[in-house]
Amino acid sequence: MNQMSADTPPAALKISNLRKSFDGVEVVKGISFAIEPGEIFGLLGPNGAGKSTSINMIAGVTRIGGGQVEIFGYDNVRDYRITRRLTGVMHQEIVIDNFFTIDRSLRIHSGYFGVDDDPAWRNMLIDRLGLRPHLGKVMIKLSGGLKRRFMVAKALIHKPKLLILDEPTAGVDVELRHSLWDFVREINAQGTTILLTTHYLEEAEQMCDRVAIMNHGEILALEPTGELVRRLGRRELVVELARPLQALPEGLRHLNAHLDPEGKRLAVPLAAGCPSGELVGRLFELGLPIAEIETRQPNLEEVFIELTGLKNGQGGAA
Amino acid sequence: MKKTILGRGYSRWQPFVTLTQKEVRRFLRVSSQTLLAPIVSASLYLFVFGATLGERISVLEGFSYAQFVIPGLILMGVINNSFANTSSSLFMSRYLGNIVDLLVTPISPPQFIFAYTLAAMIRGIGVGLAVWLISTLFAELPWAHPGLAIAMACLASFLFAQFGLLAAIFANNFDALSMFTNFLILPLIYLGGVFYPISILPGFWGTLSHFNPLFYLIDGFRHAILGVGDLSFATAFAVAGAQALVLFIGAAALIGSGYRLRN
Repeated sequence: MNQMSADTPPAALKISNLRKSFDGVEVVKGISFAIEPGEIFGLLGPNGAGKSTSINMIAGVTRIGGGQVEIFGYDNVRDYRITRRLTGVMHQEIVIDNFFTIDRSLRIHSGYFGVDDDPAWRNMLIDRLGLRPHLGKVMIKLSGGLKRRFMVAKALIHKPKLLILDEPTAGVDVELRHSLWDFVREINAQGTTILLTTHYLEEAEQMCDRVAIMNHGEILALEPTGELVRRLGRRELVVELARPLQALPEGLRHLNAHLDPEGKRLAVPLAAGCPSGELVGRLFELGLPIAEIETRQPNLEEVFIELTGLKNGQGGAA
Repeated sequence: MKKTILGRGYSRWQPFVTLTQKEVRRFLRVSSQTLLAPIVSASLYLFVFGATLGERISVLEGFSYAQFVIPGLILMGVINNSFANTSSSLFMSRYLGNIVDLLVTPISPPQFIFAYTLAAMIRGIGVGLAVWLISTLFAELPWAHPGLAIAMACLASFLFAQFGLLAAIFANNFDALSMFTNFLILPLIYLGGVFYPISILPGFWGTLSHFNPLFYLIDGFRHAILGVGDLSFATAFAVAGAQALVLFIGAAALIGSGYRLRN
């Protein structure tokens, strides 16, 4: 374990200059970040960005190409027994052993991590994830949604301190998505640190304390979710006009305003810190035929698209 | 510090015990395929060579053909099933992707190897034991050196469990895996002296048979049971032991490095 002062707890996860290449192509290009204990951290990016490869290196599924991963201060290569004991992973792909029932599989997974079966914890997971009616079924007979729920239970059966969820809600219905996220919040409130990836950016925005946006193996942005959205997102004043305009009024050109082709909708970017009231006043001064005004708040999806260049078709591999 | 962070009730042996139990449960769940089928197949051999043809064949002075062939059939069951257990289980885990369930756990490479090996040995020795029990209907064995016979059976089982691990790592598909069985193990078993003593082969073929690694296992096991063999027991055990060691080192190196298991 690394040297640290007694009153500074180690990061739940610290990644330093992590690299990986496949067939000479570098898919993770020296990324670094740290997650504090108790955080919910989102690692976001388009398909092929390098998220799953990074997660697989953290979890020990993929050999590290370069750099270092520390989990609660322990090196995940040298102290792999400790780091793996402390980490629970739900993989993106459904991986199950078809030979066993849900109940038996959970007991087996608990043993794999070197811990005694805790019936109270196991039953709590079974009940909270709605697996009770299916306990005696072998895996092959479970629906896709049930397999996902089982995989969450499997990742948590040994009470990890760091839970890694790689696309936990991929291909699951709205109800299950909501119940899964509720459960993740509950687990987090009990002290488990969460690292998640998801393509549902609205959910990431609601769930994550901080996010890192990745593309082409690099981290493009990393900061608290709200700050990132405020910093890079565009707040706009959207004006519906009672009569169409032929051209953008001269007085709005310097504000980078945009008039739609029909001339009925005007969008005026709001500079950071600029109150919308001031701008509304200027619009009235210009004598525009205003029918309705609304302030559009920025969101993570917009920031994500902007950063990854997906809007221009230059983003990820998918 | 480490004890505290690992949590109460943590045991470093638990992963090994659990993986071994899981592997045993796995073959028990499909016992008609993993236990019954090889026992039926060996019983048919016993019937053909013990109760029918065997009475007309004599290859070793002082022993009936049934007595001669039974040790070979027992060892054939041990070898085939030890190999099948590790190779099919590990290959299926790789193929289906659930190997990641093990890769994310604190199981160490030695625990991984020995858990798979122990489960394979339980299956292999179990099948061998069943074949022996059925064989008592056809012939009585002298059991000249029972301890040595058990040691040789365990060594054969261990050796082929390692070979199964290697086959599972190298095979890219089911065809490749079955090639190990059909084009390597099966010919080696049939030509290794299960059904005839190597000493009756003419010069060149007899010499060639000494390059068959199975010959040493089969001859050593038969020697321990009947008290006679083509080689001294020490030679057979030493050669078989060296083979087992080489395969074990190979399996340990590949599994330890995560070759074809971790990306």
